[in-house]
Amino acid sequence: MTQPGSAGQTRIAQLLTEHRDDVLGRWVAAVAGTVRGRITERELRHESEELYGLLVRQAADGPAGTAADELRSMLADLSRSRARQGFTPSETAVSVFALKQALFSLLEEKADVDADAKTYREFVLFSSVLDDLGLHTFETFAAAREQVIADQAESLLELSTPVVKLWDGIVAVPLIGTLDSARTQVVMESLLQTLVDTGSRYAVIDITGVAAVDTEVAQHLLKTVVAARLMGAECVISGIRPQIAHTIVTLGIEFADIVTKATLADALAHVLRQSGVQIISGGQA
Amino acid sequence: MDRVPVLKIGDILLVSIQIDLQDQSVLALQEDLAERIVSTGARGVIIDITAVEIVDSFIGRMFATIASMSRLLDAETVVVGMRPAVAITLVELGLSLGGVRTALDLEKGLALLNADGVSQTARALRDIR
Amino acid sequence: MTTSDDVEIPIATGDDVVRVRQATRTAAGAARLSLVDQTKVVTAASELARNTLVYGGGGEALVSQVTDERGRAGVRIVFRDEGPGIADVDLALTDGWTSGQGLGLGLTGARRLVDAFDLETAVGQGTTITVTKWRR
Repeated sequence: MTQPGSAGQTRIAQLLTEHRDDVLGRWVAAVAGTVRGRITERELRHESEELYGLLVRQAADGPAGTAADELRSMLADLSRSRARQGFTPSETAVSVFALKQALFSLLEEKADVDADAKTYREFVLFSSVLDDLGLHTFETFAAAREQVIADQAESLLELSTPVVKLWDGIVAVPLIGTLDSARTQVVMESLLQTLVDTGSRYAVIDITGVAAVDTEVAQHLLKTVVAARLMGAECVISGIRPQIAHTIVTLGIEFADIVTKATLADALAHVLRQSGVQIISGGQA
Repeated sequence: MDRVPVLKIGDILLVSIQIDLQDQSVLALQEDLAERIVSTGARGVIIDITAVEIVDSFIGRMFATIASMSRLLDAETVVVGMRPAVAITLVELGLSLGGVRTALDLEKGLALLNADGVSQTARALRDIR
Repeated sequence: MTTSDDVEIPIATGDDVVRVRQATRTAAGAARLSLVDQTKVVTAASELARNTLVYGGGGEALVSQVTDERGRAGVRIVFRDEGPGIADVDLALTDGWTSGQGLGLGLTGARRLVDAFDLETAVGQGTTITVTKWRR
């Protein structure tokens, strides 16, 4: 916003102040028309009054005043909450643009008394300020929607990675599909939390269903095993496919003293033995 | 400076850290523990960090120091109750706590000391259960 | 862009290190960082505050909540001291290197725990380290 702060700017401010109730009424009515039913009239009125106050101050001070910042941050909040409540971008931006209509229709009516060429010029200038603010709501709206999508993606991640109990004191995470760094991190955090919640000493991380492993994912797996040890639990990794074994060796990642087993069944047998459970064939009993 | 209390149960010393540790408290705890191991003839030390929200390299090093020190004085140390977030952070920090034994909670820590056969108390406590 | 909730903490004693941790945790919680990320940034703050105290001869920490251009929230901490400075920055940022009796994990470890790490230092004038952790 870099309009020259002409002294005439105050003319609009004066108009806005003098006909406050009139303009505000038209404005609220116009906004209410588009967002009907989803925001109460009172809420809308309250919001608009606050915006209106800031706009009047902005028109009086010019873009350099403190009102400009407050206005932008209030509009940002408004756009964010509209985005979360599922409004469309137009329904959000109308909060700003409708004021233009309201002000213009007022100017038309009062043309005989007040409006001269100079006032119209100011109106055009003020309009461009409003346009700017409208665009600002668009931008914030888009950013807020992206955040909503990111949050949803995150909760999907948590849903898609169950930690299951195999035996008393033994849990397992069957990993399936593509493992990226973010997903691995989420799985590992929930695995460690499950160890605490269930008091399990052993965890089996089964990667039979995993197509490929890159350095970062392998590192996360390793870190999880080490973190589990720090907490007093042991992890076994099972189901490493030949290609993945090859990748791990080629990448030069040290799996060192981590127990790995070919299948989930082998891993279960191993940890059962470790935890002192004896398996006796039914026929012998 | 807050001092962390050291509790004695039979031949086990129990330290439950409930405060935000500053470095001086960490050093004081190391000294206190060494003295108490000698004066009580303890065979096991359990450090419960269930309530500890962060372990940085200084605090982590204390665990390692206490573990090696107590081993010299013929006692086993077990650190119990480390939170997942703390464990993940320690790994990222690059601290492995080599030589420190760990358990998920106090009960499993006692079981560990019992399995080693070092502590009469750990066995007695297990028999009670 | 910083907000008005900035907290400035002088670092002169061990208790101040604890205070820096607490302020960082509060800011990280307010920025809605995940529990693991909160723990990471608080641990980094603890390491750096101790460095400021031990190697910088004391100084101050400024803890603030920040937002990037995409509206993502985060926490930023600036550590400032007027100590001897660091002569060889590359060496100081090498794992395992230490000038004192530490493990040599302070600087490098802290750097791994945050998203952005910026170090300015001049021998004889002091060191300023700025770290930032963003909400994932």
